[in-house]
Amino acid sequence: MSKIVKGLYYTNTHEWVKVEDGFAYIGITDYAQESLGEIVFVELPEEETTIEAGEEFSAIESVKAASDVISPLTGTIVVVNDDLEDSPELINEDPYENWIVKLDFEDETELNDLLSAEEYEDICE
Amino acid sequence: MKQTALYQKHIDLGAKMVDFAGWEMPISYTSITEEHGYVREKCGLFDVSHMGEICVRGKEALHLVDYIFTNDVAAMDDHQVLYGMMCYPDGGVVDDLLVYRFAEDHFLLVVNASNVDKDYAWVLEQNHFDCRVTNESDNFSEVALQGPLAQHVLQKLTQYDLNQITFFTSQMIPIDGMTFLVSRTGYTGEDGFEIYGAHQDIELIWEQLLVTGGNQIAPIGLGARDTLRFEVALPLYGNELSPTITPLEAGLSFAVKLDRQDFIGRDALVQQQEQGTLRRLCGLTMMDKGILRHGYEVYHEDTVVGVVTTGYKSPSTNETVALALIDRPYDKRGTKLTVDIRGKRKSVVVRTKKFYNKNYKK
Repeated sequence: MSKIVKGLYYTNTHEWVKVEDGFAYIGITDYAQESLGEIVFVELPEEETTIEAGEEFSAIESVKAASDVISPLTGTIVVVNDDLEDSPELINEDPYENWIVKLDFEDETELNDLLSAEEYEDICE
Repeated sequence: MKQTALYQKHIDLGAKMVDFAGWEMPISYTSITEEHGYVREKCGLFDVSHMGEICVRGKEALHLVDYIFTNDVAAMDDHQVLYGMMCYPDGGVVDDLLVYRFAEDHFLLVVNASNVDKDYAWVLEQNHFDCRVTNESDNFSEVALQGPLAQHVLQKLTQYDLNQITFFTSQMIPIDGMTFLVSRTGYTGEDGFEIYGAHQDIELIWEQLLVTGGNQIAPIGLGARDTLRFEVALPLYGNELSPTITPLEAGLSFAVKLDRQDFIGRDALVQQQEQGTLRRLCGLTMMDKGILRHGYEVYHEDTVVGVVTTGYKSPSTNETVALALIDRPYDKRGTKLTVDIRGKRKSVVVRTKKFYNKNYKK
């Protein structure tokens, strides 16, 4: 059974969002990292890039395949988690601790379109 | 989806199952990298029961196999196994396969799971000889035992001296009242055996090998099978070989004997050899960060000069490398090219395909 953290927002494409101090931290879920298997590379976006909800902004490469990471929100990437560049396996180790980007998001109402932990749990069953 | 006789064992072992050519197969039990390392260092047990077996028997069996196969079947001895291709008249590949010779009138063709029906139809269509072709795929299960400790582990189960089975030969081996066809072959670049038998017998030997081998053996999924074969540049049908890629382009001329009498595809391949192939299978090393994948286009400046056939971060060496079909003259070692990865150009350098040295016992 994959770990699902209460209080986060989720997407049906297996990203999570944590809102803190007006910023959104975005990563992939435990279910996603488990499905991918060993992660060998994370293609990170540039800081200061503007992304829209539904847009691919990163790619995660496991041994077997590449998988896009889709932004749940619209905004500007203010920080990229550089640790993932040399240690992509951190996502396997703790997908909720190791976010991919910190986003200055524009529209709080977009959060309403995301799933709660309980709703996401239903998807993963 | 089809299941092999070992399906329940995979589930019990906690395997991650995937659809592979219509079969529900284990991609990994623990992790691909861990399983890959296990085969390189100790030994691994693979369920390869999805592979197809086509039997050719009769007075002119040799002539049929010789006519459809690129390698020199006439030169084979009994018990010998030979790798090669079946080609279309234009030199494209129907499939790559192993041919087992038991006698002049009895051969077994072991073909890729994804191609069984196509191959069987192809062989039937070419059979203008006095022999009978049957698809025995449903009657066999098969496991592959691969790695430096493979002989050591298998020897514990049989009185038969496995040294008698030399590289690319086969024998019928009695084990515990059962009989298996065992060959010293495999697709990992390691020493090892491929073991064919009735479904129930294969279930038993799978169990016995894992118990007897203890911590010297582990079940290995198809994920590691692919990274293992890739590291030693063994081709995969659909990636390095296809109806539009000839064996000469794929660098497999060792398995194409053009200096013998007629076989399907010979004329086209002779012509290709005389004129020189326009492209060639090469190795690539990634100079930037990222992973190269099947289908990515390779560029020289703004011109497409090739395509990646398989790419991985090599589990043995940690290098990001790929096999790619590259147009001449960009196939020379050291040539700097770029690959389009999701819209961005990344630098690669052409290199030898030997990402890792084979460790066969010959």
